[in-house]
Formats: sequence, C-alpha cells, structure tokens
Amino acid sequence: MKAKVYVTLKSGVLDPQGKAIQHSVELLGYGGIADIRQGKYFEIALDSTLDQDKAREAATRMAREVLSNPVIEDYRVEIES
Amino acid sequence: MKFGVIVFPGSNCDHDAYHVISKHVGQPVDFIWHRDTDLSAYDAIIIPGGFSYGDYLRAGALARFSPVMNSVKEFAARGGFVLGICNGFQILCEAGLLPGALIRNRDLHFICDYINVRVETTETPFTNQLQAGSVLRIPIAHAEGNYVCDDATLEALKREDRIVFRYCTGAGETTSESNPNGSRDNIAGICNPERNVLGLMPHPERACEDLLGSADGSGVFSSLAATLAAHVSTY
Repeated sequence: MKAKVYVTLKSGVLDPQGKAIQHSVELLGYGGIADIRQGKYFEIALDSTLDQDKAREAATRMAREVLSNPVIEDYRVEIES
Repeated sequence: MKFGVIVFPGSNCDHDAYHVISKHVGQPVDFIWHRDTDLSAYDAIIIPGGFSYGDYLRAGALARFSPVMNSVKEFAARGGFVLGICNGFQILCEAGLLPGALIRNRDLHFICDYINVRVETTETPFTNQLQAGSVLRIPIAHAEGNYVCDDATLEALKREDRIVFRYCTGAGETTSESNPNGSRDNIAGICNPERNVLGLMPHPERACEDLLGSADGSGVFSSLAATLAAHVSTY
C-alpha cells in the first residue's frame, strides 16, 4: 500500500523558485508558459494490512500535520494499493 | 532571573545568544537540549537562529516536533517570555505560537547583510526600553524570511499593535526598496496577542557590541531584562 502526497503552494502565495524556473525554461526557447509553480511530492509506504480508508486517513493526517503548512500550502492525497 | 537557550541539531546562533545574556545582560543562562522538557527553572527562553534539522521539509517545520517544543508551548501559555530569532521565528510560526509563515526570499538569495528596522511598538516586554519610531541597524542572515499571512491576520496584527519591527530606510521610511526579502507590509517581527512571545528575522544578538559593527540590538535584551527584573520583584 502506497500513499502519494502532493503539496502545493496556495494560489496567491508568491513562488519565487517557480518564477526562476519559468524564466530558465523560457530562455531555453519554450514559449506559451503562463506560470510555473513548484511543489513537493511524497511517497509513503504504508503497512499492507491497512485498508484503503485507514490508509487514506493516516496519510491525510500526515499531510495536514507535518508535510504541509496550512498557512501557505494545500495538499492532495492519493492511495495506491 | 534565568534564561534558557534551546539547542536543536543545526542551531548555530545559540552561542551568540548565550554570550549576550551572560556578558551583556549579566544573568545566568543555560543551554537546553531539544530533548529536554523541564523549563521550570527559567524566566525567559530564547529559540536561536540556525538551520534546525537542516531546514528539511520547511524551515522550522521539523524542530516543531522536538520534545522541548511542547514545554515551550506550556511555558508561553503560563506567561513565560519566549524570544525567537531568525530560525527561532520560523519555528514559532510552524508551531502555531505566532501567526503566518516565512517563505523563500522574494529574490531567492540568501541575504547576509545589515538592514534597518523601525521599532513599531514599545508595548512589549522586548522593546519597552526602546524608542517608538527609532531605527535599529541589525544584521539579517536568511533565505526564508519573507513573511506572509492572510488579510485577516494582517488586520489583527495591526489592530492589536503586534507588528513590533518593520524593515525601513536609514531614515525610518518603510519603502519597498528597504524591504530585503519581500515580507508583507515590511514585517520583520511580530508578537502574540498576549505579547509574551516575539519572533523576528533580524539578529539582535549579533548586534550588541560596537566592535561587531552595531550595538543596536542590545535594547531588545535590556528591555527583556528590565521586564524580568520588574516581574521577579513582584513574585
């Protein structure tokens, strides 16, 4: 059982790293980019005895309490069996 | 009065804070390892600058889970004085003892430089010996000092006079150019509603002797010492 957690900056929170990446990508000649936002991705291997709901509950709690800062970030949890 | 300086793995301004308390404030001070939990001997706790846990995940995010932080929360709830400097400010925000968050500097660089901050309020235990509106020249050294908060939080900070320091020009004007990291409303330091917890990005402990380039930071520690002297005598 694996949990995938995506942590992204809330819209409206400045992402200077994303801006710098966008600038570099544009220098390479890629056009048509409106915005690049950088985020974080976590893979969490969970105890295989957990059922889907318990796994989602555990991963969501980790995402909310540790992996993200609710002041500036949102998170999304996916469970893969 | 007794001071404690918390030491996390990766703290690196702990000795500076210790030096200022023992040499300039002239009071007893201990280092407190982050696994210790008994703060009953202390009147004021300093959470120093540095890179606790290597700034992994987010600056200050992992230090929040160190055993000592539960004790710091209880200590603050009992009215104990807590001063968080730089990484200490980041930890206090992550721990929910102060509102908002500190994100990557607007221009991405790690900035190590002298800046100016204006004393916005003297109604705190940390600034009561300073002049309101006075300008302090103090160093900063951070990559994540860009203070962000939502509109409601900013309004509350203003309404309750909890913005303690703002970045400014040498003449005391809060301009965009004098804001080194993009902080909202030029905020360099804030306190909690009860006013016993202060977090700031600049390093007053590095600016307590002319030999080091500035003694402007000493007012923060003399204010805290004066507060504690008055406090202790009323026990």
